Amino acid sequence: MVEITKDPRFDSQQLSWAERHHSTIRLIRLYARTFARNGSAMLGLVLVLFFFLIAAIGPWIVPFPEDATGAVHMDQKLLPPSSVHWFGTDEVGDDVYTRVVIGTRLTLQIACIITGIAMLIGIPLGIFAGYIGGWVQEVIMRVTDIFLSIPGLILAVAIVGALGPGITNAMLALSLVWWPGYVRLVQAKTLALKNEIYIEAARSMGASTPRIVFVHILPNCASPIIVKASMDMGMSILAAASLGFLGLGAQPPEPEWGAMISIGRNYLPDWWWYSVFPGMAIFLTVMGFNLVGDGLRDIFDPKHRE
Amino acid sequence: MLYFTLRRGLLMVLMLIGLLAITFSISHIAPGDPAALAAGPDATLEMIERIRTEYGLDKPLPVQFLIYLKGILAGDWGKSIHTTRLVWDDLVTYFPATFELVVFSILFSVALGVPLGVIAAVKQNSMLDHAIRTVTVAGVAIPMFWLGLMLQLFFGLQLAWFPLGGQIEMMTERPEPITHLLLLDSLLRGEFSTFTEGLYHIILPAVTLSFPALASIVRVNRAEMLETLKQDYITNALAQGISRLRVVAMYALRNAMLPTLAMIGLRFGWMLGGTILVESVFNWPGLGLYAVEAAIDSDFEPIMGATIVLGLFFMVTNFVIDILYGLLDPRVRAQT
Repeated sequence: MVEITKDPRFDSQQLSWAERHHSTIRLIRLYARTFARNGSAMLGLVLVLFFFLIAAIGPWIVPFPEDATGAVHMDQKLLPPSSVHWFGTDEVGDDVYTRVVIGTRLTLQIACIITGIAMLIGIPLGIFAGYIGGWVQEVIMRVTDIFLSIPGLILAVAIVGALGPGITNAMLALSLVWWPGYVRLVQAKTLALKNEIYIEAARSMGASTPRIVFVHILPNCASPIIVKASMDMGMSILAAASLGFLGLGAQPPEPEWGAMISIGRNYLPDWWWYSVFPGMAIFLTVMGFNLVGDGLRDIFDPKHRE
Repeated sequence: MLYFTLRRGLLMVLMLIGLLAITFSISHIAPGDPAALAAGPDATLEMIERIRTEYGLDKPLPVQFLIYLKGILAGDWGKSIHTTRLVWDDLVTYFPATFELVVFSILFSVALGVPLGVIAAVKQNSMLDHAIRTVTVAGVAIPMFWLGLMLQLFFGLQLAWFPLGGQIEMMTERPEPITHLLLLDSLLRGEFSTFTEGLYHIILPAVTLSFPALASIVRVNRAEMLETLKQDYITNALAQGISRLRVVAMYALRNAMLPTLAMIGLRFGWMLGGTILVESVFNWPGLGLYAVEAAIDSDFEPIMGATIVLGLFFMVTNFVIDILYGLLDPRVRAQT
């Protein structure tokens, strides 16, 4: 009788962690290399990391921390950029550089919250709709379509109009208009995955629905979700700044970039620095997230590579 | 095709009811008692109760929704608390300016975006291609309101080529309305100086509004053209000696236009949202400015009115684009 010996390659007990996850590690390495070869994606990554760093250490590197919370120095109002005030000062003598740097944290927080809430609402609904199908899908998708059929910024303005202006209400409004995109994306993906043979196999082996959803479907939806989330970070920064600019979002003296431009525009053109620097900050962060999103898409979807 | 159109039309009506359900719900999440709001700050309890019964606010929600629907259909869109003007009258006054701005912008972005996309694809990896792509990447990331301010600053103040804002000079008399669209009316009435003046006023806001859409159109069109130009039938056509210009313009562009068209439909919604910003920057007397001013004052019915009109505008545009899509691509017709 032949004794069946265990092939060491398939005996997970004897393998190190690195060996067991060999294929995953290789895949991640490939992703990293593809990303690193893409110049614009790397530029985006540098921008994003830079702004996250600024958000983390902002309060310790600014020259006048008290200016972010609405200090008043009327003797120094509207000074042009200089070695003391790199970005000049505003109409109450606050250092614009300080306010832009401190505002970074606020901006990134807003973007994370909006994108996060949108994902928390959208992804479960999308999986639900795609996996269960039937009338559940009909209802969820029709409601999603209706939300998608109204221009987001307009709906957000309407909601803020109902709740009253302010940064919390602006975030709430934008989160409420942001989720339908995720439902569409995840539903389509789930629908396609549901009939794959390996899902069928898992089901026939008695895997529970939560297991199929969390172990087999969700990880396979991850790449388009990550790409969209990265783009949405940028887009939600734009939208929040837009509401701030309109006077419906963050209210002064909160150091929010859009709100700063909203006041700064009254001091154009002579005191240009007041609105130019916050605008540059918005532009660079949003571009960073967009470039990273583009780069990620190129990785996950080889068809997009050029 | 008729069946397809009817189906899409019916779907649009359902969507419209959905839109009204959303605006109706928003007006019910607002903090405070709507009856007390409508009655004004000096109202007595008795007056508030009377208004409650008069507006049907004491009835169950579904009944209230039906009353609301009936009101909208009958042209009763409520009243502004601030100006006490009827919302319907305001919407009729402000909509044409927004319509004109948006249509002008979309035409501008298509007229410029499609050729730029084609050029970038045909001259792939040339300096021109890189320049076009850099601008389009930046175009999506620039805050629209900030771009507007900068254009205003440079072309309006510094160079003084264009006026700073408004639809027309304060002192200029508007042409007798035919379509209520300023540019069209002044042309139809033969008032060419008014027309040129209007044209000067619309350029900066339209460029600002179309910039992100332009960037997306160039991007999609370039990518699709690159894809299409690789197809065998293009090589075949070139091998048969058909001129390159003809192949690009007649064979490739037509197929690349489908995704571009879808992109235009998508961006149109952003553009309508963008009117809120651009109209605020350029003081353009349209629905966007109207909605923002009402939102700042928490003046309820005007915001809802503007939301419904802009939402409906978006739905109608998407309907038209779907039909165009069906005309261009028989597969789309067969699917539904």
